Amino acid sequence: MSNWIDRHIKWVFTMPAVIFVGLMMVMPVGYTLWLSFHEWSMSNIDPPVWVALENYKNLFQDELFIKSLWLMFYFTIAAVATETVLGVGLAILMNQHIVGKGIVKTLFLLPMVATPVAVGLIWVLIYEPNIGIANVFLQKLGLPVQEWLTSQDLVMPSLIVIDVWEWTPMIALIVLAGLVSLPKDPFEAAMIDGASTWQIFRKITLPLLKPTLYSAILLRMIDALKTFDIIYATTQGGPGTSSQTINIYGYVLGFQYFKIGQASALLMIFFVIVLSISIFTILLRKRAGVNL
Amino acid sequence: MSIKKHKKVKVTFTHIGVYLALFVFLLPFLWMILASFKTQVQILNTSKIFDITANFDNYKSIFKEYSFLTFIINSFIVGMGSTLLGLILGLPAAYSIARHKQQGLGLLILVARIVPGISFLIPWFIIFSKLQMIDTYTALILSHMLVTMPFIIWVMIPFFEGLPLELEESARVDGCTIPGAFIRVMLPISGPGIITSSILAFIFSWNNFMFSLILAGDKTKTLPIAIFNFISYSDINWGGLMAASVIITAPVLILALLAQRYIIAGLTGGSVKG
Repeated sequence: MSNWIDRHIKWVFTMPAVIFVGLMMVMPVGYTLWLSFHEWSMSNIDPPVWVALENYKNLFQDELFIKSLWLMFYFTIAAVATETVLGVGLAILMNQHIVGKGIVKTLFLLPMVATPVAVGLIWVLIYEPNIGIANVFLQKLGLPVQEWLTSQDLVMPSLIVIDVWEWTPMIALIVLAGLVSLPKDPFEAAMIDGASTWQIFRKITLPLLKPTLYSAILLRMIDALKTFDIIYATTQGGPGTSSQTINIYGYVLGFQYFKIGQASALLMIFFVIVLSISIFTILLRKRAGVNL
Repeated sequence: MSIKKHKKVKVTFTHIGVYLALFVFLLPFLWMILASFKTQVQILNTSKIFDITANFDNYKSIFKEYSFLTFIINSFIVGMGSTLLGLILGLPAAYSIARHKQQGLGLLILVARIVPGISFLIPWFIIFSKLQMIDTYTALILSHMLVTMPFIIWVMIPFFEGLPLELEESARVDGCTIPGAFIRVMLPISGPGIITSSILAFIFSWNNFMFSLILAGDKTKTLPIAIFNFISYSDINWGGLMAASVIITAPVLILALLAQRYIIAGLTGGSVKG
């Protein structure tokens, strides 16, 4: 018996995990695919009805779906771009001799580990039009107060600010780790040649940092596309549908309207988008010579 | 002299920049703590921001009126259960993937981390409803395991790869089976890696909102759902809400401080050392 186990150890050790992922992930995604070709309201009396590609056709004629796609990309690109710029800046600042650097680095970890729902609710209070500190601040500066999360125009930028607050430190700390491990020679040579700080940054630091930046941006992007907690906890997609990204729209279709077929079709499209963007960037990163 | 002065100015500016940034990033937490000690009247009065009574009424009320202790216990049961089971399934798998270079399986685990959780929410809801398992710890733990287990595997693969192979071989010469060698020799020397990945896995489960939103009910409601329900009342009890936020974030922040050296490495799957 123990001989048999030793000979098949590869499978004995991995099978439980693989079966679990199969049952809890692969099978459900298959089920979602099946449901996406049906119409059903989760009722026990009326079983799912086969409608072929009807759900997908409807989605592409659904303005809200197109809007939710656009909002997802808008949120992801704006948030990740801001986080990258701020994160690199912060990392370069922190790569100097700083008194108490260890504690500073530790404290910067806090936004990214704090419970997202709690973070969202703290920001709901910060943005509260009548009592929030955001408007108190604007008033002190003599600027007009804003509606923030309850304004159709400002809701997305306000949400992006929350994401930037949460995740800029992660990019900064990853980049800082990258900066620390860079070779010293090119910098010294450039200094001797009299290069300016900006030239050194553009021509030496950035190219050397490229692999680290790729990793950081890839990780952030995959998570930003899937952002749910922050948005659902603060606006639930509102006001109206102004912050209804595809993730939120899928949830609303499925669990508020019980349009199971339609929601499943949307989730399959979302699934394919996230997976293909991830695979594409991983391949891109491989080509840039970075391992997983 | 002037170069020295220039350098001094630069150092000062760097410190101001870093500490100012730190202050901005910590401000929401300070705001949360401050508000958790305020009465509703003090919160509504924005002309005196630092007017606080500094008593624990908000904290007392969320335990008395909203039975927060139940939610804390629920979150602990689900977090502990899903982390423990995640370790039991994940550690051998990670070891085998590292040891036998099973890259296909490694990829499967990576995909499990990438796939949006919402893509299996509808089937889970349907299946768990049919099995009458909505609002049970089992359903919550199983769902949270899909977060904890792939994460544990992901972190532990590079860790196991760094262990010397000879250890397993010498244990086998002494008469151990491979599982025996794994449990008696390899696991004990992997303590730091296991502890770090468990802490982070527990934090992910503790913070999880989406899965619990669908699968938890009155009996098993976890903390994120409980505080989310706070804002569905028309008149938001801000002080209570912030006290609840302090209670839900405090354990995570303490755990994070314990595991701080490994968090960045953990979040990036070992590709970056923090």
